Amino acid sequence: MADSKYVLEVNDLHTSFFTDSGEVKAVNGINFKLEPGKTLGIVGESGSGKSVTAYSIMQILAQTGRITSGEVLYKGEDITKYSEKEMQKFRGSKCSIIFQDPMTSLNPVFTVGYQLEEAIMLHTNKNRAQARERAIELLKLVGVNDPEKRIHQYPHEHSGGMRQRDMIAMALACEPDILIADEPTTALDVTIQAQILELMQKLQKELGMAIIMVTHDLGVIASMCDEIMVMYGGRVCERGTADDIFYAPAHEYTKGLLRSIPRKENMNKKLVPIGGTPINLLNMPAGCAFCPRCDEAMKICLTEVPEEIRVGDTHLASCWMNVKEAFENSKEA
Amino acid sequence: MDNKEMKRSFLSAQVDVSKFNASNFEKATDDEKRQQDVMGESTTFFKDGMRRLRKNPLAMGSIVVLVAIILAILIAPHFVPYSYDEVITVNGQRDKTMTNLDFMCYSDKELAYMEETGEDLFPHIFGTDGLGRDYFIRVIYGTRVSLAVGVVAALMVVLIGIIYGSVAGYFGGKIDLVMMRIVDIIYSLPDMLIIILLSVVLKEVLAGKLAGTVFSRLGTNMISMFIVFGLLYWVSMARLIRGQILTIKNNEYVLAAKCIGTPNRKILTKHILPNCLSVIIITTALQIPSAIFTESYLSFLGLGVSIPLSSLGSLANDARAGMQSYPARLVIPAVIICLIVLALNLLGDGLRDAFDTKLD
Amino acid sequence: MAKYISKRILLAIVSLWIITLITFFAMNAIPGGPFNKEKATDPAVIQQLEARYNLDKPLGEQYRLYMKNLLHGDWGISTKSGRPIWNDMIEKFSVSAGLGLRAAVIAIIFGIILGAIAALNRNKLPDRLIIFFTTLGTAMPSFVLATLLLLVFCLKLGLFPVFSSENPNYTLPVIALAVYPMAYITRLTKTSMLDALNQDYIRTARAKGVSRTKVIFVHALRNALIPVITYVGPMVAYILTGSMVVENIFTIGGLGSTFVTSISTRDYPTIMAVTIFLAMLMVVANLLTDIVYKLVDPRIKLD
Repeated sequence: MADSKYVLEVNDLHTSFFTDSGEVKAVNGINFKLEPGKTLGIVGESGSGKSVTAYSIMQILAQTGRITSGEVLYKGEDITKYSEKEMQKFRGSKCSIIFQDPMTSLNPVFTVGYQLEEAIMLHTNKNRAQARERAIELLKLVGVNDPEKRIHQYPHEHSGGMRQRDMIAMALACEPDILIADEPTTALDVTIQAQILELMQKLQKELGMAIIMVTHDLGVIASMCDEIMVMYGGRVCERGTADDIFYAPAHEYTKGLLRSIPRKENMNKKLVPIGGTPINLLNMPAGCAFCPRCDEAMKICLTEVPEEIRVGDTHLASCWMNVKEAFENSKEA
Repeated sequence: MDNKEMKRSFLSAQVDVSKFNASNFEKATDDEKRQQDVMGESTTFFKDGMRRLRKNPLAMGSIVVLVAIILAILIAPHFVPYSYDEVITVNGQRDKTMTNLDFMCYSDKELAYMEETGEDLFPHIFGTDGLGRDYFIRVIYGTRVSLAVGVVAALMVVLIGIIYGSVAGYFGGKIDLVMMRIVDIIYSLPDMLIIILLSVVLKEVLAGKLAGTVFSRLGTNMISMFIVFGLLYWVSMARLIRGQILTIKNNEYVLAAKCIGTPNRKILTKHILPNCLSVIIITTALQIPSAIFTESYLSFLGLGVSIPLSSLGSLANDARAGMQSYPARLVIPAVIICLIVLALNLLGDGLRDAFDTKLD
Repeated sequence: MAKYISKRILLAIVSLWIITLITFFAMNAIPGGPFNKEKATDPAVIQQLEARYNLDKPLGEQYRLYMKNLLHGDWGISTKSGRPIWNDMIEKFSVSAGLGLRAAVIAIIFGIILGAIAALNRNKLPDRLIIFFTTLGTAMPSFVLATLLLLVFCLKLGLFPVFSSENPNYTLPVIALAVYPMAYITRLTKTSMLDALNQDYIRTARAKGVSRTKVIFVHALRNALIPVITYVGPMVAYILTGSMVVENIFTIGGLGSTFVTSISTRDYPTIMAVTIFLAMLMVVANLLTDIVYKLVDPRIKLD
């Protein structure tokens, strides 16, 4: 088992938050496999469970959140069974994460250097002086100018883009096998966004780590992901390569999503937003999570959760429309 | 159409068509879709908050306690035949055995009187005090005074605070700067010391001048306390309101109102103040205990309500002299103060949690 | 930063000046004036007073002279004892300061510990117990608490001796004085701790693999304690006014009980002097609090 081909495997993961109003099922059975050095993109709107999936892997959910079932295999080992101590060793050294808002993700009362050194010293035997050296090296790596000076500054003295670089440097401190990027560019200016993405791709090549890119920005994902996973209501709607998803969408939600963003193909058409509101995770519909908002919804969508069906070599989707197509094909034949 | 062909073959390989019939793939109606869309009940902000408040046992308990206390102080004077400053007499005669009676006891003369006439006298629920006054009714009136002081002071603070804070916050700029400098200075004055000082002074200055007015019953000390509350205590409220308004002012809906030419006064009263309402209510709830505390503290220093009127603070303070022999007389007003303050604090906290407003 | 500090010091000076104005003119508004001849028993004292305060001069001039004396360390003469106030006041204050400092230290240490425990056990039994008792602690006027402590532990149970200058046992007075600020700090720490624990940087620290204890005591507490600093100023004010009650009840001869006595004996020069002295302490405490707060929190923009 230990020589698994995949660096990360997630099987039927369920995560819930237990709030005053009841159980909020944020993730409802997610599966995916990640090979070393590859990039997996997870897209979806707010509340689709993409960030919760990421936090579940790291087990850094809020106090009310808990993985209710499923397994997360790191090189074949189930880390959901890890003790808190083992988990601490795992976080930061095997798998790191960078967050959406670099403004709030760094502790305001410690210098950037302290926070970097802390990450280094936690997982290596380096003393403070060595850790400092490494921290400076890391800042250079992520393109922070004048790192010897910057390291003594507090986070509020750095700009937004620089703070995201600090975060990336911190995440890379121990050269992890997996880097989870939770909307790493959402809070940044457009020009800075491109720089950060480029930086991540460059570092991926240099260090050979796998990246999980969580975002709601389809543009970001198209450019850099080997595989894309579209999520809705805590489930995977569709997965495939960027070409599969963008040119042959096989789930009504993905189709709606693509209709709602401006592209070359629909330049002269009106953009169509997806009607309705995101579902209430407290009360999941019995059938497909998307059916209340789906224009094509059928009787069966109301009662049965669609299974994942292969619609292409690298392309899978969970939509009853595909079954309908098969049904009609068989009648024709 | 390479793709289509491929998909077709993938589909036919995977899907067991026999499991389905055509009715499965009929379009769902909008109604059916809507049924699946189980939204959380649509509630208003207020309803949602009230629901959370009702779930909070401490807050609900506080409401019960407060209502009970208010009912007691409203109703009790109607059926207790004694008055708070009345030295109880039997059949019009002074009764030496009347003092320091225990709970629910009668004096010897009262017992003799009841025997003689067969008439039932109203019991002394908490006994009597050292002067032979019914302690229960004194506690009831003391509670009335303390609560009234608290509520009036809080309302004063809130009113001044809202007006001052909203003007400063709304107009901003130089007006705000000057107004807030004044607030800073007042804020840095030690309020308690000034209350004591003014109480000492006004006691002398106002003595005699109030005779015959409504204020005379309250006494000069209460007047000076209200004056000081009016002068000093509103500043934190004003700061709070100003902060709220500065935040709300930058919201788009205020800008929108401005764009369609809504006058300043209307924007302030229609758009901004209602949005500060929860903060205002919560702070008011928390302001009342602070006023009750101040009053009891002044009573301790001998600067509280004028005799023969009593407040909970002055009752507790009077009872300190005989606390070894009659501890109940200290404990009763003390417990009531605690209950009121506790209930108001818990209710305030409950409101804050329920309406989830940020207070600092 | 220098600009902020000088601005803040200026504000403190203005406040102090206003306090002396209020105090002086309020006292002079009392019929017969602050140095009412009837109340000074000793004719020699009256003479001294008249000479010192130039009672024949106009009020403004009197104020100027009073202030001049004040700044030279002459705080006037008590109409009760006929002795200079300053020496007595300092002597009494050393007693009060001993009591107040003990109370402050206890309030801060226990407040922070209890607040952190409550935050970490949110909605569990320890949290509910701590919050219940701290709420109870803030719901009782200090004189009631002090009296009850005296009644139960001193007089009924005899666990502590009654306070006397030969046998000073500060336990009960310190408790009576510390309960309210401790309860306040507990609640403050809990709120800001919960706030800090919900911040993104806590998630970052956990994601780095920092242990739970270190996340709480290094990353969260450091941030959570900043708001607590702001309470130090108000706490000094509370303890100074609270000591008036507590000293009186436990018959500790400190500045607080002197003040209360001077109110009941209408010893106006003493009331004036003590008011100004205490106000000075409070203003300075607030000033230091504000400056320390700015220094500790690196987020505050330096201008």
